[in-house]
Amino acid sequence: MAMTPDSALQLQKLGHECLIETGAGAKAGFSDADYEAAGVTVVKTAAALWKEAEIVAKVRVPTDTEAKRLAEGQTLISFFNPAENDKMMAGVAKKGATVVAMEMVPRISRAQKMDALSSMANIAGYRAVIEAGNNFGRFFTGQVTAAGKVPPAKVLVVGAGVAGLAAIGTSTSLGAITYAFDVRPEVAEQIESMGAEFVYLEFDEEQTDGAATGGYAAPSSPEFREAQLAKFRELAPEVDIVICTALIPGRAAPVLWTKDMVEMMKPGSVIVDLAAERGGNCELTKADEKVVSDNGVTIIGYTDFPSRMATQSSTLYATNIRHMMTDLTPDKDGVVNHNMEDDVIRGATVTHAGEVTFPPPPPKVQAIAAVKKEKPKELTPEEKKAKEAADFKAQTKQQVTLIGVGAVLLLAVGLVAPASFMQHFIVFVLSVFVGFQVIWNVSHSLHTPLMAVTNAISSIIIVGALLQMGSSSFLVVLLAALSVFMAGINIFGGFLVTRRMLAMFQKS
Amino acid sequence: MDYGFTTAAYVVAAVLFILSLGGLSGQESAKRAVWYGIVGMALAVLATLIGPGSGLWLLTILLIAGGGVIGYMVATKVQMTEMPQLVAAMHSLVGLAAVFVGYNAHFTIRLVAGGDHAGEELGYFASIVAHKSSVELKILAVELFLGVFIGAITFTGSVVAFGKLAGKVTSAATKLPGGHMLNAGAAALSVICLIWYMNTGGFFPLFLMTLAALFIGYHLIMGIGGADMPVVVSMLNSYSGWAAAAIGFSLGNDLLIVVGALVGSSGAILSYIMCKAMNRHFVSVILGGFGGGGGEQMAVEGEQVAIEADGVATALNEADSVVIVPGYGMAVAQAQGAVSELTRKLRAAGKEVRFAIHPVAGRLPGHMNVLLAEAKVPYDIVLEMDEINDDFPDTDVVIVIGSNDIVNPAAQDDPNSPIAGMPVLEVWKAKQVFVSKRGQGTGYSGIENPLFFKDNTRMFYGDAKDSVNKLLPMID
Repeated sequence: MAMTPDSALQLQKLGHECLIETGAGAKAGFSDADYEAAGVTVVKTAAALWKEAEIVAKVRVPTDTEAKRLAEGQTLISFFNPAENDKMMAGVAKKGATVVAMEMVPRISRAQKMDALSSMANIAGYRAVIEAGNNFGRFFTGQVTAAGKVPPAKVLVVGAGVAGLAAIGTSTSLGAITYAFDVRPEVAEQIESMGAEFVYLEFDEEQTDGAATGGYAAPSSPEFREAQLAKFRELAPEVDIVICTALIPGRAAPVLWTKDMVEMMKPGSVIVDLAAERGGNCELTKADEKVVSDNGVTIIGYTDFPSRMATQSSTLYATNIRHMMTDLTPDKDGVVNHNMEDDVIRGATVTHAGEVTFPPPPPKVQAIAAVKKEKPKELTPEEKKAKEAADFKAQTKQQVTLIGVGAVLLLAVGLVAPASFMQHFIVFVLSVFVGFQVIWNVSHSLHTPLMAVTNAISSIIIVGALLQMGSSSFLVVLLAALSVFMAGINIFGGFLVTRRMLAMFQKS
Repeated sequence: MDYGFTTAAYVVAAVLFILSLGGLSGQESAKRAVWYGIVGMALAVLATLIGPGSGLWLLTILLIAGGGVIGYMVATKVQMTEMPQLVAAMHSLVGLAAVFVGYNAHFTIRLVAGGDHAGEELGYFASIVAHKSSVELKILAVELFLGVFIGAITFTGSVVAFGKLAGKVTSAATKLPGGHMLNAGAAALSVICLIWYMNTGGFFPLFLMTLAALFIGYHLIMGIGGADMPVVVSMLNSYSGWAAAAIGFSLGNDLLIVVGALVGSSGAILSYIMCKAMNRHFVSVILGGFGGGGGEQMAVEGEQVAIEADGVATALNEADSVVIVPGYGMAVAQAQGAVSELTRKLRAAGKEVRFAIHPVAGRLPGHMNVLLAEAKVPYDIVLEMDEINDDFPDTDVVIVIGSNDIVNPAAQDDPNSPIAGMPVLEVWKAKQVFVSKRGQGTGYSGIENPLFFKDNTRMFYGDAKDSVNKLLPMID
């Protein structure tokens, strides 16, 4: 469903009138009455609706009849599959209708709210785990019960796009041990943040950075593929559930889970292939079907995961559509302003003003910041060792020189100075040393309190003044008294202000 | 009480002081550390009072109490933005006290040498002096001379620093005609006075040297500009310690020596850290002004694009991660409360908000941390330069509030820039940068900041506090 009663209310705020085909929301749990309550006009037939509406929003790629119904000036917002739908696109363009293809919304931060592919992928990922659980005869989570110990299920998610990450999240929250693999090394962090373990692949080849391809995976070299398959073969006997989500834009799905891997798996294991529509990541996948292999592995190749969660997908998709409409009517006056200068609108529009505008130019805003290539050269262990040894040597040399010079100076002083002076001098040198050792550990953020405290402490000069207060000379007592007074200000002021400052430092 | 008890108390006090400084390694242990310092100080004063040498108890206690009241009033009233001034002012007191105590030591020596009085009558210190040999007396003279010299420099230096920080003296670097030659001349005069003093022991050379030292303190700090104040204040901190240590030598008091050395080395390390953060040599900071970099500076291309509050608010509402870079301008505008409120709102909206603090931001080491803490910004989101510099490429929005040179990309890009090589916060790597600034002027160093001309930078002109307050109602 491209519109829910909630989104209809929002659309009306933009100044639009909303129409819906009768019974359209029934399967997603929204009745005609709900829509009417939200101020939506319910239209008897689809044909009448196409005639009346200026903007038609729907989910699936339009059929040929529907494409014919499009008139000049009318706008269609739906999935369109423009890369493989040249003929219909040309036809629609000739008529002068505008088509906004939801799958073409560029992947930039600003457009995330209308990225229907991500919404649908999210649902598919979740549902894939649920389907797997439905066909899997054991718990996901490990348990120790009075009736014996249950090992946790091991789940492998191949491809960590939106669907993959959603699958990882669902699987870990059900308690399974989850592994995930992706050809883009930069997603390792995302995988780990969802609670799964990233399956590392030891491979030297310069891997393509996802940033260059707008956040999608690019095809990999045959050598890389081999290394990848070898890794999977290693994992196959261990894992109970495999969720395949690997897709490369505009190509058939890569085969990553071969027949021999299926044969290596334990009976009762489940494979869910979200790439089934494009041929499947698993060699044995049959689109739209659930098959069981000879060794008892269930392979699920459904392609309609979002439809299996109609209410959820409708709310998300309707929200995507609403955001698209918000961008199309910037003035909130019900007048559509199809701004072809806007990155998002330009990217998603495939036909406009009688012309085919597919494929769009690359967006001006980069989807993901490119990773810096010039990383510092890795040192070999030997080089590192040599460097450490050299550093150590230099440091030792420096320290020994310092100590040597210091000792010579001290001795020189000792030769001329009397013993009473040397006693104090040793105390002095040791204190400086202790001071240096202690102060280096002071946290940067506490430098101001440190200054206030040292300030308060430096009024220890008061001791000197106190010692002179007992003198019988008036001048001496006067100066000493002044010093005591000033130091008194300092002691109280310094410590109090430090306490005030430190009390302010709070943890969040 | 006899002398043994006093010494024992001094040892305990010294240990407490060391623990007090060591405790500042973390925010929580610091709260305990202050008490160590307070107890140490109380112990030291008490032990001295009941030990040999002191007298006039009533007067002493009255004076301390009087000083305490003033200290209390100042400490409770001072605003956190005025912290640098306060610290500078307090340094000057220590400096002056050191000069007075040094003078007293001189008078006592003269009186003993005059032989008019018996040693005991003049107090404990006099009795020690009376037993000293002639070599020891020479050394004593040097120690005393040094104590007064450093104390005097600390005094005028701190007064000038206070004036500059409080805005009572122009913060620009100004020098009398003759520049450093005057300082060198005054220093040479002091050396001559030292030799003179050692030979005659008269008051006049000591007094003349004091004048010279006072002049050096004044002139040296006058020649250093506002942004170098973190170095100056920590240097003066260090001096006040060395002065105390020198006085400790002349009085033969180990506690003074220990504490003086602790404070002295603490200040020295702080100065070193500050200089390193500016990639400058201590000497060049102290001598004032920027060293002349060779060659033309890179010309800055492009233009500064201004933005209004609603634009900034929209970007903030859309951002997931925000980094705020505060500088001296935030302190001047007293904007820390508004900034804290902004942080609270953004965090409540589920955004990651952090602060990036450059070591020399503000006018005192750690100045920004204290201001933010005052405004109740939790300290665990306030990060140092090294901790956050790598995160800028992943940051959606950076707000620069009242800082300039510490976010200047020229330090990395332009080898001819006067600040080339200074470590800076790499804010320009973030997706968007907003600079809150009063107008189009340059920073303290007078260098154009190419950051303001970058494509992803927008200038948000106006007083920092007003600007942030304008933003607040637009954040949801």
